[in-house]
Amino acid sequence: MSFNTHKLLESKKKAILEQWMKNQLADDSLREDLISNEELRSQSEELISALVGNLSMADLTDLDSDEWSPVIEILGGISITRARQGFTPRETGNFVFTLKEALLTVLQAEISDNPQLLFEESMKINRLMDSLSVVTFETFIKGREEVILRQTDEIADISTPVIRVWDGILALPIIGTLDSARTQIVMENLLQEIVETGSSIAILDISGVPAVDSLVAQHLIKTVSATRLMGAECIISGIRPEIAQTVVHLGIDLSNIITKASLASALAYAFKSMRLEVRKANSVQKSNTF
Amino acid sequence: MDKIPILRMGAFLLVTIQVDLYDRLALNLESDLIQMVDKTRAKGVLIDISAVSIVDSFMGRIIGNIASMSRIMDAQTVVVGMQPAVAITLIELGLPLKGVHTALNVEKGMDLLKSMIDLEEEDEDQDLTEDDLIAE
Amino acid sequence: MILSLSKDTIEVVKEQDVVFTKNRVKEVAVRIKMGLVNQTRLITAASELLRNMMRYANGGKCTIEVVSSGRTNGIRLTFTDKGPGIPDIAKAMEDGFSTGKSLGLGLPGTKRLVNEFDIRSNVGEGTTVTIIKWANG
Repeated sequence: MSFNTHKLLESKKKAILEQWMKNQLADDSLREDLISNEELRSQSEELISALVGNLSMADLTDLDSDEWSPVIEILGGISITRARQGFTPRETGNFVFTLKEALLTVLQAEISDNPQLLFEESMKINRLMDSLSVVTFETFIKGREEVILRQTDEIADISTPVIRVWDGILALPIIGTLDSARTQIVMENLLQEIVETGSSIAILDISGVPAVDSLVAQHLIKTVSATRLMGAECIISGIRPEIAQTVVHLGIDLSNIITKASLASALAYAFKSMRLEVRKANSVQKSNTF
Repeated sequence: MDKIPILRMGAFLLVTIQVDLYDRLALNLESDLIQMVDKTRAKGVLIDISAVSIVDSFMGRIIGNIASMSRIMDAQTVVVGMQPAVAITLIELGLPLKGVHTALNVEKGMDLLKSMIDLEEEDEDQDLTEDDLIAE
Repeated sequence: MILSLSKDTIEVVKEQDVVFTKNRVKEVAVRIKMGLVNQTRLITAASELLRNMMRYANGGKCTIEVVSSGRTNGIRLTFTDKGPGIPDIAKAMEDGFSTGKSLGLGLPGTKRLVNEFDIRSNVGEGTTVTIIKWANG
């Protein structure tokens, strides 16, 4: 900066911090439940020190330069933490906006005698703080995206349980939409479990799948074919009437796949092909002798 | 020159592939195995690929060839122990190995071979029991 | 935008080079923590393309790169040969088409195994095939 604004601001660091804290505390959107005042103060202090310390040497227009990386790092760290803690974008944004206000208030108080200079310097501060706000939002969204990605992984993991229903028979109930990423996980889990348990029959129950289109059908056929290559059989159960209708209307050929209307009939089929028989114990007397 | 050993167990031939196949090795296996089927009058061939991590279209074709050639020489082929990743890859590649029997492990493969050969013999006798019909 | 993080070029002339190249791809895939099924897909795809290169062009070059696009890392393989080239790429990409004695699954099958697939060929000059597999794609 031509005029020694940076020196001015450096000497007024304390005043800026106080002004900023006042602005932040006065704001309606302050989240005392998520962050204590002390913590807020230390975050603010850290950012101001880095920012004011930087004003002197760094190029104010080029935030990509190395001089700015400490400031951006601090700011990024704060907004990512806030995203994870559940702050709203407005609350996170206000952190930077209130700083801008504080800077401008102090600047105005100090050089009120020279409107021309005040305007020029204010514009510079404005531009700088706007760029920093953009950084804040970018990192905030990134933090949120990370949360979403982690949750997606978790959902994918918990929503594909492979159940051993009988010695040699596995069942996998699928709940929710079956897209290609999900099919991948379902298929890998199922095949891995087949190897580990040495099961020769797997039942894929799709009663919880809202709709079957040609893509989903393709995924199912792929899973069945891969199971067969490994030397096991895969039965698709839980075919609801509306699914049967769409499958036929779309001209999807499922004739090479063993399909059953319910998990129970799939299990009955599995028992039969393993030559197992389930029947009622015929004598009540016998069980009483225990 | 590497060679994949072929073991004889009664009426069956047992091949365990322990290394990742390269083309020449796979071609040699094909011809060796067919020679052995002829020499030993084997009724069944069991190929264990549980240690194989990559099967591409060429090797898939060799496995298919072995099965087809054995069949016209009156021997059944069972491929056992295919890794899940290999199975998925083969399906995506477009190679479902039609006509090749598969089983989860050597034990189940042996059972499958025995049941197929039993069936054939009973077929010749024209004497099928009800149980065998279900297994079919 | 795709950034290249590391690069390694291998001359493929003999059958041993094919085995060596596949092992190198495997090493790199393990290093970037690619899942087992994706590793298998990638190496199988490499195996198909290496065979094509050996069969139709008597060898060539394979470049193994670790690439990054934002959050995910992946592997880019480039196969370059100075063989006869492919006159009709659209035809070569059809399932079941082959000029050699094969099933004709090589190119279309390979495409299904990877995330990105690009083929360029000039008759009489050679062929370049580029594939990318993302670690978790």
